Amino acid sequence: MSKEKRHIFSVLVENRFGVLARVAGLFSGRGFNIDSLNVAETHDESISQITLVTHGDAQIIEQIYQHLNRLIDVIEVTDLSTGTHVERELVLIKVATDDPQKRTEILQVAEVFRGRVIDMKPASLVLEITGDEGKLKAAIDIFSTYGIIELARTGKIAMMRGATK
Amino acid sequence: MYPSRLQSWNEKVFYFQQTYGTTECVLGPFMREIGMELSGARILVDCLKREGVEYIFGVNGGAAMPIFDALYDETEVKLIPMRHEQGASHAADGYARVTGKVGVALATSGPGATNLVTGIATAYMDSIPMVAITGQVLTDFIGSDAFQECDVIGVTRPICKHSYLIKSCDEVADVVAEAFHIASTGKPGPVIIDIAKDAQKNETLFQYPETVDIRSYKPQVDGDPAQIAKAAALIKEAKKPMLYAGGGVVLANASEELQELTLKTQIPITVTLMGLGAFPETHPLAMEMPGMHGSCCANYAFTDADLIVAIGARFDDRVTGDLDKFAPNAKKIHIDIDASCIGKNVPVDVPIVGDAKNVLTELNKLVDTADIDPWRNQIQEWKQKYPFEYEQKANKVMPQYVIEQIYEHYRDAIVVADVGQHQMWAAQYFKFTEPRQWLNSGGLGTMGFSLPAAIGAQLGCPDKTVVNINGDGSYIMTIQELVPAITMKLPLKIFIINNMYLGMVRQWQELFHNKRYSAVDYHDNPDFALLAQAFGATGLRVEHPEDVEPALLKAKGINDGPVVIDFIVDEDENVFPMVPAGAGLGDVIRGLS
Ligand SMILES: Cc1ncc(C[n+]2csc(CCOP(=O)(O)OP(=O)(O)O)c2C)c(N)n1
Ligand SMILES: [Mg+2]
Repeated sequence: MSKEKRHIFSVLVENRFGVLARVAGLFSGRGFNIDSLNVAETHDESISQITLVTHGDAQIIEQIYQHLNRLIDVIEVTDLSTGTHVERELVLIKVATDDPQKRTEILQVAEVFRGRVIDMKPASLVLEITGDEGKLKAAIDIFSTYGIIELARTGKIAMMRGATK
Repeated sequence: MYPSRLQSWNEKVFYFQQTYGTTECVLGPFMREIGMELSGARILVDCLKREGVEYIFGVNGGAAMPIFDALYDETEVKLIPMRHEQGASHAADGYARVTGKVGVALATSGPGATNLVTGIATAYMDSIPMVAITGQVLTDFIGSDAFQECDVIGVTRPICKHSYLIKSCDEVADVVAEAFHIASTGKPGPVIIDIAKDAQKNETLFQYPETVDIRSYKPQVDGDPAQIAKAAALIKEAKKPMLYAGGGVVLANASEELQELTLKTQIPITVTLMGLGAFPETHPLAMEMPGMHGSCCANYAFTDADLIVAIGARFDDRVTGDLDKFAPNAKKIHIDIDASCIGKNVPVDVPIVGDAKNVLTELNKLVDTADIDPWRNQIQEWKQKYPFEYEQKANKVMPQYVIEQIYEHYRDAIVVADVGQHQMWAAQYFKFTEPRQWLNSGGLGTMGFSLPAAIGAQLGCPDKTVVNINGDGSYIMTIQELVPAITMKLPLKIFIINNMYLGMVRQWQELFHNKRYSAVDYHDNPDFALLAQAFGATGLRVEHPEDVEPALLKAKGINDGPVVIDFIVDEDENVFPMVPAGAGLGDVIRGLS
């Protein structure tokens, strides 16, 4: 048995009704894992990009790749993990700021993570932080100690380095 | 322009024939030229004509009525009313299997569509080109749990190659052209077209796309030459090579190329349940089918081989048995049009993605007679030592004997089998020599497949004899399709191997469930000969071995409609050889001796 590894697939699909269901159905139907999923239109509005994080041994990953390719609406599949790539995720964190002292502290911590305040109310504030998995995990761990009211994350997006696609 | 008082299609056609002297088949483009609009349903039917569709199998209902209406006075595309939508999808499937063309089924929304599902899944598992058209509720009602609404696209998503929901008549022509292209190219499969009733009724200009180009769908048909060269090199080195061909060879119409490869290299070959006939089973190099109920020779060969050349076969679990014990010494070359099939169950040394016909044509240029005499002798020894065999019990009609007799008297027939013991006996004892001569639901194993599929097969090959080998349990699952067969006077030979049991399940209960025969006793079935007569067909009953041959001969002479022969066979007979589920191929139970 070969080792399980994390892989990021970039999947370009026709921007059409039902495509996401086909991709998601493929994973559930064949028992593959989805760790994170992000879907959005690209600069060409007829094409959507799905960024999908999954894990499995080499044979499973190959199967995922081939099965994605087999879907009629899938234009291109790239396993970004095979080359050097950049990846980012955005998280919104709403933290309780019941006293001014705590608020100052939170703002200082946010600074460390290059977080931005995008909403501030007397008893709470919303922070926006981007980064890779490690950075976001560290941020979430720390803010947990202050009391996270709500958290939303985008799922990963990623891209190969360099001029090629 | 045409006068607006003309409402129905008939009136319009009549008007055009009178005014312009044109005939119906050129009406489409002609009407476009003069700016006349056609209903979505009319356009759909016109598209089917352009795709060369001869038959469409269906059951009518509310949400599909405009399509059925358009088919009412249609002569080029013939509507075949079936008695159940499952029958419609299997008939379309049977037609596709014998002709290689796309089979077409039609049903209404909701229950009509869900009844099609088994036939769609059956076609999907065996990669059969099919277009299934379902009516859908009005666009504005979609999602409202309207009467007879069902999310057909959702229901069929995992069992079709692709699907379309048409909400506007403007989409019809493009979608139909794409659907036929997708269904019939690459690895074939069923495509669903779900069309809202308003899209069927509304009118628009008709233009059929000249070509289909789908940017996200470009099947790879040519194999990589470097890989093919590697394969040839492995074949040259091998001391114990074997060819393992499957249904893909039939689908790719590559039997000739397969035969060339086999004859040129003189390498022994096993052909799977789905591929039977792709290489003549009567040839000395043929080891017959492998797997759970396959020949000992083929299974021992797998276990001993040092090279397996898989062509359009997918290392199905019913073929390989326990994967850890499967072909432990063999390198594997795998030729398949579907990249996702390669390496799915078994690690492969030389994967070749491509159409079997193209790849074999190239491979054949690089191979020569293999220098493997000891291996060939070993194969011949196994073949002689372990043929398919059974014991003739006194005064019993042995099911295997019936099949042998059918083979004796219907050698050139197309054989459509159902699912169960009788299917396995048919595969074992009938020697197939031509591709598309043997039809069965190998992938999904759908009971009830065979009678409606035989109807489609007979319509697809009107000059051939079509023999339906059925089981008592399977037959009664789609027995209602005897009606259209009788109405159309199809000379089907329906032979029931009646063991009064769900025999295959009873066999497993006997061997693996302490003979606890739960829900398999079918002694309460009606008398199928009498029932056939009540339907209006010829019905015969055979209870003694000496009556088997005369009955088969009698059936030969009856050609004004279906003949049903109910062969009352030995109830206790089991299918051997047998590799128990999960065991290795080498652990095959041989049965006799
Ligand atoms: C629709 C469906 N239901 C159940 C099964 C499970 N099954 C496989 S073989 C078999 C018995 C078939 O009985 P029969 O048609 O009489 O054939 P026999 O095995 O007796 O020859 C059954 C129930 C199936 N394959 N398909
Ligand atoms: Mg039976």
